[in-house]
Order: sequence, then C-alpha cells, then structure tokens
Amino acid sequence: MKLLVIEDDRDAASFIEKGFTEAGHNVHVCFDGGTGYGLAETGGYDVIIVDRMLPVRDGLSVVTELRSKGVDTPALILSALGQVDDRITGLKAGGDDYLTKPYSFAELLARAEVLARRRGNLAQTTFYEVNGLKLDRLSNLVSRDGVEITLQPREFRLLEYLMARTGQVVTRTMLLEGVWDLHFDPQTNVIDVHISRLRSKIETGFENPVLLTVRGRGYMIKA
Amino acid sequence: MNRIKTALSSTAVRFSLLFLGLFFATSVGLVFYVTSLSTKMIEGQAKAAIDQQLGGLEQAFERAGIPGLIRFVEREARQPGAHLYLIADQAGRILSGNVMDIDAGILDRSGWVEKPFAYSRFGADESSRFKAIAQVLRLPNGLTLLVGRDLSEPERFRAIVRQALTLALGFMTLGALLIWLLVGRRALKRIDGVSLESRRIIAGDLSRRLPVGHSGDEFDRLALSLNGLLNRIELLDKGVRDVSNNVAHDLKTPLTRLQARTENALSGAKKISQLRDALQSNLQDTEGLIKTFNAILTISKLEAGSILPNRQLQPISPVILDVVELLEPVADEKGVILSFQDHSKLELVINRELIAQAVLNLIENALTHAGPDNHKIEVAIVDKDIGRVGLVVSDSGLGIPDPLKKTAIERFVRLDASRSNPGTGLGLSLVKAIAEAHGGSLHLDDNEPGLKATIWLSKA
Repeated sequence: MKLLVIEDDRDAASFIEKGFTEAGHNVHVCFDGGTGYGLAETGGYDVIIVDRMLPVRDGLSVVTELRSKGVDTPALILSALGQVDDRITGLKAGGDDYLTKPYSFAELLARAEVLARRRGNLAQTTFYEVNGLKLDRLSNLVSRDGVEITLQPREFRLLEYLMARTGQVVTRTMLLEGVWDLHFDPQTNVIDVHISRLRSKIETGFENPVLLTVRGRGYMIKA
Repeated sequence: MNRIKTALSSTAVRFSLLFLGLFFATSVGLVFYVTSLSTKMIEGQAKAAIDQQLGGLEQAFERAGIPGLIRFVEREARQPGAHLYLIADQAGRILSGNVMDIDAGILDRSGWVEKPFAYSRFGADESSRFKAIAQVLRLPNGLTLLVGRDLSEPERFRAIVRQALTLALGFMTLGALLIWLLVGRRALKRIDGVSLESRRIIAGDLSRRLPVGHSGDEFDRLALSLNGLLNRIELLDKGVRDVSNNVAHDLKTPLTRLQARTENALSGAKKISQLRDALQSNLQDTEGLIKTFNAILTISKLEAGSILPNRQLQPISPVILDVVELLEPVADEKGVILSFQDHSKLELVINRELIAQAVLNLIENALTHAGPDNHKIEVAIVDKDIGRVGLVVSDSGLGIPDPLKKTAIERFVRLDASRSNPGTGLGLSLVKAIAEAHGGSLHLDDNEPGLKATIWLSKA
C-alpha cells in the first residue's frame, strides 16, 4: 500500500518509514502540515498517517479540510493527547483511527493495513466464509464444515471482527476497542483468554487452524 | 522602635492615625477661625463703642469748648465700665481720666492705636495691667486726649477658648493612644500570628494552618480562605511526594533491568538469538514502563482536577457487565467464579471509560490477590441509600489487613512484598482517583474473609 506520513519528529518519521518499507509498503514522508495537505489533496494514497501537532498547520485541520474537499483517504491520527475526549475530537475531525503516543509500531502497522483495506469496501458484507468457517451477520449463525457452533454474543462479535479483517493482523488493543469499546490496558491477558476460548470452539475437532497467533503482533483469521 | 514601625505600617493603624490627624487639623482650624472671628467682632464692638464715646465728646466740645470737654471726660471717667479716658499734657504727664499708667509711646501718635497696649487703672486693682485699644486725639490747646476701651472681655474669651482647645487636644491624644492600644496592637497580634504560621509553613510544615478567631471579621475570613488554600496545597504536595516516592520504585526497577540487560547484551560476543531475546525483554519492560507512566499521568491529572471527566447520564449496569464479561474467562482460568447480578435499571452521570477502568482494576486486584481458597468474586450494585449508590467488588480471598487499608490505596504499595507481578500497584490509586473525580469515594472493608471494595457515587 501507499502511505503518506506527516510527522515533524524526524526520528519518529524515519522509524515509521523503515517499518512500513520493511513490511513491503511504499512510504512518502513530509514534516509539516502545509506540505502534508498539499500532497494528500492530490489523492493517490491508501492511508494517511498524520501527527496532531505539526508546524505550519496542525494535523486535525489538515484532515478536516481534506474531508471538506471530498478526499476520503483513510486517516490515522497520532497524538500525545490520550484522553478519550481527545480521541473523539480526532475522530470527529474526520480521522478514521487514533493512536496515542507512545505506540508500538506493530499497532500502527496493523491499523494502517486495516484502514487501507477498508477503503473501497464501504459496503459491509453480511456473510463471511473462511476455510469452511461461516459467519452470518444477519442470522447470527456460525458454523464450520456444516456443524453449527454456538457462540456467546461477545464471542460472536469477536469472531465477526476478526473475519471482517481476514488476512490482516488484528492487535489486542484493536480487539478491546472494537469488541468491548474500551480503551485501556488491562493488566491481565484478557484478550488472549477470550481468543483461546473462541479457538477451542471453532477449531477443536476441525481440520485446519483458521485463527492464528502472529507473534509479537496479534491475531489473524487466515484462509 | 521596631514595634512602632510595624504598628505604623499597619493599614488599620494608618487609617486611624490619618483620620485622627484630619479631624485634629480640621478642629484646630475651625476653632482658630471661630476664635479670630469672635475676637474681631469684639474688637469691632470696642471700636464702635469708642466711636460713640468720641461722638459724646464732640458734642461736649461743641457746647462748651475744651473746658466742657474736660468736664465731660472727668465725669465719664468716674463711671465704672470698660470706657477709658485719659488727658495728658504735651510732656505726657497724665492730668485726668481713669487711666493711671500706660505703655510708653502710645500717646506719641494720634489716631487709632494699632495694637492693644497695656495700662493700669485708677480704682480697685491699681497694680494690675490690662489690655485696651484706643484713639489718641490732639486737642487744639496742646493736650492729648485718649479714648479707649478695655479688652479684658475678649481676652478672657480667648483664654477660655485656648483652654478648651488644649483640653480637646489632650483628649484626642489620649484617644489616639487608646486606638493604637486596642486596634493597633490587636491588629499587630493577628498579623504576628499569621506571619509566624506562614513562616513555619514556608519552612516546609504544610500541616499547619493559620489561626482563626471567632469574630468573623476580615482577618478571620482571610485566614479561612488561606487555610482552604493550604489544604489544597498540602494535598497536591502530598500527591507529588507520593509520586516521587513511588516512582522511585516502580519506574526504577524496570529501568534498572533495561539498563543492565542492554549493557550485558552489548558486552562480549553475543549470538543474534541472545540479542533478540534481550531486545524482546527490553520491549516488554518498555511497554510496562509506558503503562505505568500513563497510569501515573491519569491519576495525577484526575487528582489535580485538570481532567474533568466528560460525564453523561447512562445506565450503570451495562458498563459493569462489559467489564465482567471481559474478565470472566480470566477468572475462570484461575478457578474463580466471577458473578454480577445485573438487575439494576439505575442511571448515573458517569464517564464510561473511567468507571469501567475502575471496576476492572478492582476485579483484577481481587484476582491477583486471590488466596488459595479464593473461590468467588462478587460484583454488585448497592442501591440502598438515598443519594448514593455503591459499586461493590467483594472477594473471599486474603483481604487487606486493616492497618494496610489506607496505604493500600497509596500508589504502588502492594501486599506482596516481592512486587514481581507485572501489574503495578497503581490499580487502587487509580480507582480512588476516578471515584473522587466523579465526586465519590473508594472504601475498603473487611469482607470477612476477604476484601470488599466499594466505589461510592452520587445519584443523578
């Protein structure tokens, strides 16, 4: 994917560039809001990663104006401001996701990839199928290889979230946000335990593993 | 000297002195004015009387010439009264009249005598000298005639006024002294008291407070406000102290590990896999540090009141349910039954994020401190009081011994001395900060056995 990174901290920008390049992506970096806006306006990017505090013009105003000009490139906002209210402000300004600094690169990578793929896929599918595992969003039915699987509502939502992002890494933080709508770090390994429960329901007794653990990054439903 | 200086620098004393001074000056001015006015009036009267006398003399002169004049004078002089007559020859020898002696030089010039002069009189009091004013006339036959009026009366008046004035001044001075003694010294004492306490407070003893009297005057009001301010400062200072004390431990431990591990990895020849492992562990420690840092930041901001949590009226049950659902599998793995009676329809003004975090911390706390016989953790909404509602997490584990209950809330203090668990002891401190930011409180009680933690919140 093609990324635009607008970040005035040269070191941070260089790390981001390196990380995404190593992951096989194409990165353009710029260091102020003015240049960033100009580049973003031309379109042609899959994801824009923009820092909130920028010289010339701040990140939020860049995103707001892009949206008003009809540029709908997904934008991920980076900020040292981490209160829930700050997130809401960022998302209201037109951002699609919000990461608080300091963040782990794995988190940034996972979210950027998810955002890039979402673009163009605005119509959400109601039916997911991977490796014999079927999930119907309308009837709330889950089955694998014809065998019906009973899931708790939360387990269902968990599986749904993962299947909507098939082939992409989903981090624990993303799951906590997407499935429970909570934005903090629990001390315990809660997500892992939920995943292992889900796994036991959708994989025990079936052929191929479909819910994979990506070490150091998160989880993934893989075809 | 110093005390006088301090007294003088008191605004209260200054004002009273200023007032006194003005009153004094005005009174003095007024009195002098009145005095001189009346003196003038009396002198004017005297002059008018003299003119009258002169009128009489003129008549006598016109009727009977100089002999008639002299007879008139002699007759008038014998009458008692304030009028004065004197006839003298060219040499100044007194020939007739009721004036026995006179100041030198008075008779030399004719016309009004400019200033009052002294004279002595024939009659009762011959040795005394009195004051008078007069007109001096030269008669055609060379004699000098003096017609005058005694000024004893005006003089007496002036003396009385002077006496009254001195008395008034005396009283004012006494008054001023009294005011200083009462107002000034009291003010000084209050100020001294305040400065003494302030000095102690500045020297570092933040537990002291300013003395408050019973009168409710401006000093008392000021002292009360300042004491309120000091309460706040003491709290914040304590917060800062706590942070620095506890940061010392809970940040330094992972930081020390990071440093040691990195140094070790850099020394000697290490295999890639060893370096990888070191970096992986460093990453873990870094993430732990970030979590700790974020928690400290949140607690500090909540305590300082700088985040006013964005609160909304919403049902409380679903919030707790989310958290319980989240942690239930974790509890299950540990063999603990986590239960929540979800019947309440109650709505509260809360920040969902923060309350969820608080409940999560309490449950996680109960899970980490579960003893070997800890079978259940109960979460409940207690809605028995008017005005407040309690979110209760009770476990049947080891509990916290009473003396430690208070310090358990202090950041980073943990019950297991080893502190090797990845969870930092910030848990309870954050819960307390969140409860208080909502205008509520956190209470820890004995569940006999175990711990019962209650977040009290006020109802909408």
